[in-house]
Amino acid sequence: MPKSPSDEPRRIKVQRQGPVLVEGPVEVELEDGTIVVSDRFRVALCTCRRSRRYPWCDTSHRDRTKDR
Amino acid sequence: MAHDAPGAHDGEGPRLPSARGPVSASVAEYLRGTGAPPGSQDVAGAPVYGDDLQLALYLCYELHYRGFAGVPEALEWDPDLLRVRAALEHRFLTALRADVPVHDSVDDALADLLVEPVDGTGVSHHLSAEGELWQVREYAAQRSLYHLKEADPHAWVLPRLWGRAKSGMAAVEFDEYGGGRTDRIHARLFADLMADLGLDTTYGHYLDEGAAEALATVNLMSLLGLHRALRGALVGHFAAVEITSSPASRRLAEAMRRTGAGPAAEHFYDEHVEADAVHEQVVRHDVIGGLLAEEPHLAPDVAFGIDVTGYLEDRFADRLLGAWRAGRTSLHTPPRSEIPLSS
Repeated sequence: MPKSPSDEPRRIKVQRQGPVLVEGPVEVELEDGTIVVSDRFRVALCTCRRSRRYPWCDTSHRDRTKDR
Repeated sequence: MAHDAPGAHDGEGPRLPSARGPVSASVAEYLRGTGAPPGSQDVAGAPVYGDDLQLALYLCYELHYRGFAGVPEALEWDPDLLRVRAALEHRFLTALRADVPVHDSVDDALADLLVEPVDGTGVSHHLSAEGELWQVREYAAQRSLYHLKEADPHAWVLPRLWGRAKSGMAAVEFDEYGGGRTDRIHARLFADLMADLGLDTTYGHYLDEGAAEALATVNLMSLLGLHRALRGALVGHFAAVEITSSPASRRLAEAMRRTGAGPAAEHFYDEHVEADAVHEQVVRHDVIGGLLAEEPHLAPDVAFGIDVTGYLEDRFADRLLGAWRAGRTSLHTPPRSEIPLSS
């Protein structure tokens, strides 16, 4: 019997700058207990906390100037 | 909804637009079956980024999408018309190769796109800060030439990719096409935006109003999508679109809210903030990364695709902002002297 996808560990991609990438769909429980859902094939979770659509990435992590 | 109204599915295709000079006039006449295709002297003499050449090329390409009312479908593969298309493409691509400064590496080209300056000056900055509703409507009307076929030009690259690049590209395209949900197809979301703005949602309706600079941005996608030899540039182009879309969409969503455009208009850009933040990651890591792992020799073409997209988008932005600052329409409006003088 082939394993069902739910038996497989879910791979999460992390990077030095930018969001954590998770295979969708996902439910995210926020600090106040609210549950938000995304059914995208892949979901970008904000890690810089600057997103205006938190917990989803809105590219606010980007540098504002070229020289770092 | 407006685009579900009778006739809005335009089974016959849009009507042919008005010509903008001898080349587009001859192509249109040939499509109607009333004249010969343009001669090589006319093709050679038309300004490459101008209305006449860009419209002529647009007409040739549109046969690969939905065609035009009254134009036989078989003309898509008509050798005489393909010969004209090749001559027009050669002029366009030669000019772009000569005019566009290209980064030395893909990483450098991407790094410049990934900077989001606070004091940006593009169209989305203008519309979010001080855009007026008539400017938002002009922007949407001209962007509809792409957004009503959103993701279609890029689908042509799928058979030319393998492995990681193919699965990444297919996943993003699936998202563009609504992830299996008809009511979430991005082209449909854009039609809903147009309805909010009181615009006609019929495919191809605003071709006559599209500025040469707007036509050129769509012609670029068709050029890169239709040629396997340009698959690297297509992938670079797509990456540039996805990377720049998310922050620009946030500003355009603000513009929709501020001008009271309507809920569907806001939703189109809100959706793109989130969707394209994901797409950017997939395109950079999987599509570009996968393609260059298989075919590293395509790196200069990927960089060209990134930079040529910025070049033509900047030209379109200059057209829009230049006209609006002068209080003029940015739309194509035929001057009286533009009636073709050719026999």
